[in-house]
Amino acid sequence: MYDLIIIGAGPAGITATVYAARKKMNFLVISGDIGGQAAWSGDIENYTGYQFITGPELTSKFEEHMRKYGVAMREGENVIDLKKIDDRIVIRTDKGQYESKTAIIASGKRSRELSVPGEKEFKNRGLTYCATCDGPLFAGKDVAVIGGGNSALDAVLQLMNIARRIYLINIVPHLTGDPVMIEKAHESDAVTVMNNAKVLEITGDGMVSGIKVRCEGEEKALSVEGVFVEIGLIPNSHFALSLDKNALGEIKVDCHNRTNIPGIFAAGDVTDVPEKQIIIAAGEGSKASLSAFKYLNQHR
Amino acid sequence: MNKKVKVYSTPTCPLCIRAKQFLKENAVSFEDIDVSMNHDAAQDMIKRSGQMGVPVIDIEGDLIIGFDKDKIKRALGI
Repeated sequence: MYDLIIIGAGPAGITATVYAARKKMNFLVISGDIGGQAAWSGDIENYTGYQFITGPELTSKFEEHMRKYGVAMREGENVIDLKKIDDRIVIRTDKGQYESKTAIIASGKRSRELSVPGEKEFKNRGLTYCATCDGPLFAGKDVAVIGGGNSALDAVLQLMNIARRIYLINIVPHLTGDPVMIEKAHESDAVTVMNNAKVLEITGDGMVSGIKVRCEGEEKALSVEGVFVEIGLIPNSHFALSLDKNALGEIKVDCHNRTNIPGIFAAGDVTDVPEKQIIIAAGEGSKASLSAFKYLNQHR
Repeated sequence: MNKKVKVYSTPTCPLCIRAKQFLKENAVSFEDIDVSMNHDAAQDMIKRSGQMGVPVIDIEGDLIIGFDKDKIKRALGI
């Protein structure tokens, strides 16, 4: 049985790992990937010590720091279930089962899905959640961006120099992003903003060829080859059924990163901590690790 | 014998950068194909992989979609 299992290897999980290693705890890290959302970030200019660094570079630095301690790691493994039975925390993944005295959940957030017909079928076949990654593949094509906040507008601004025509499909009456970005989108001849518009279906044959939307009560079919889904993020907290969460599904923690179940801690974007930032997640990860260490000392 | 490796990528895709870093760390030489600049290569990648996401890694003609470390290791025998 481990002293500690850390779920997730983004900024929070990796920082928790560094602290756990330095406390010489007997621990395991389980994570689907390394870096989490930080690995997907573009330019980072607010992580102290780096005036400028890219997401992948910072992720490499984090990983290097963690690997220095030779940590036990299960990469590419996803947690399905976590529960406390007596004094043991039992964690089931898609590949195995592990037991520990304490756990830190640092599993972050993922892109919210549209949940419309065609979304799964056409994922990576014209439908993508990462404009930064896949945008250049849509050169000269007509595309739709779904959303109305900053991430959707960011996608629109990136695509303005690449795609031919961009439909911005926004479910609420007004765009909610930064005014500077909204202005740029409105100024471009290539961009058509559709407010009060709801996506009904993604259509195509092998690859995306269109979307159906209901706009101002009227159903419309738009011919597009690309669909960029930018409708926010949801916490990866589904496996922790017995933990208290807020309305957004974020795990509730106190200022010591304790959840409602003794011995189970949480850190970073998966929690209800205010503000989601790499540096905040990292700090929360260190706090969670120190809290787990104290808990173990008190419960020997 | 060194296997022939091609990476279809875009300069802005974080997982492409991570995939290329991983190959470099393991001393695997590869051809880097920037599909944002090379339209023909982009079409070729879409046709062969049946999808539009990057990275796509071609190892001796076998395609690996995305940055899947385990699959890459297996395909390279490392």
